[in-house]
Amino acid sequence: MLALTRRKSESIIIGDNVEIVVLGIQGEQVKLGIIAPKDISVHRKEVYLQIQEENKKALLSGTNALNELGALMKKSSSE
Amino acid sequence: MKLETTHFGEIDIDETKIIDFDDGLPGFPSDKRFVLLDGGREFGEDDEPVPFLWLQSVTNGNIAFILLDVFAVMPDYKPVLNPSDFTELGAYSDECKEDFLIYNIVVLPEDVKKMSVNLVAPVIINQNIKKGKQVVANNSEYNVRHYLFEQIDD
Repeated sequence: MLALTRRKSESIIIGDNVEIVVLGIQGEQVKLGIIAPKDISVHRKEVYLQIQEENKKALLSGTNALNELGALMKKSSSE
Repeated sequence: MKLETTHFGEIDIDETKIIDFDDGLPGFPSDKRFVLLDGGREFGEDDEPVPFLWLQSVTNGNIAFILLDVFAVMPDYKPVLNPSDFTELGAYSDECKEDFLIYNIVVLPEDVKKMSVNLVAPVIINQNIKKGKQVVANNSEYNVRHYLFEQIDD
């Protein structure tokens, strides 16, 4: 891993068109600004990991449960 | 083509209906081709929208997700998406909005009242060009594990 030291308002460039600016530093928190083309998506890593986790859990969903849910919904809509 | 699936046994797939997910799905990077199933039947662009669909991997018959039309149960659901998502999916406009499906992946355990839906990462499909992508919405109010029945009980 490349490690670079930057101060507030300094930045790094990745490739030709992605720039990451240090906007501010407060205690343990660093505020970053990202300037990138529209076709590059930028997300917090933990959100992406949570989505992976939920997708893996979703595989355990079964047809029986879906049928049961269908019956449950019919029941509640007729009540 | 024939596909052996966990939930529906052997099914027949019309290859023209296969939807390409160029990046796979988070956690499933090698599954890049999917079909939509309504029960064991293939769902196509001429079909009327239904609340639940299966997103069945064509690469691996064991991989299938249940999708929910969230708008049917939460009419004010409004994911804020990134323009970058539409470089692969094709531009979204009022003229072509009929081509797009937006569904969310559900976790449906045996106790169905514990069903949750991932509101952060909707699956968007452009049926016209047969491209799909699970995107990440920018809304901070949505959760990856939103319990639908809790909301109904409230």
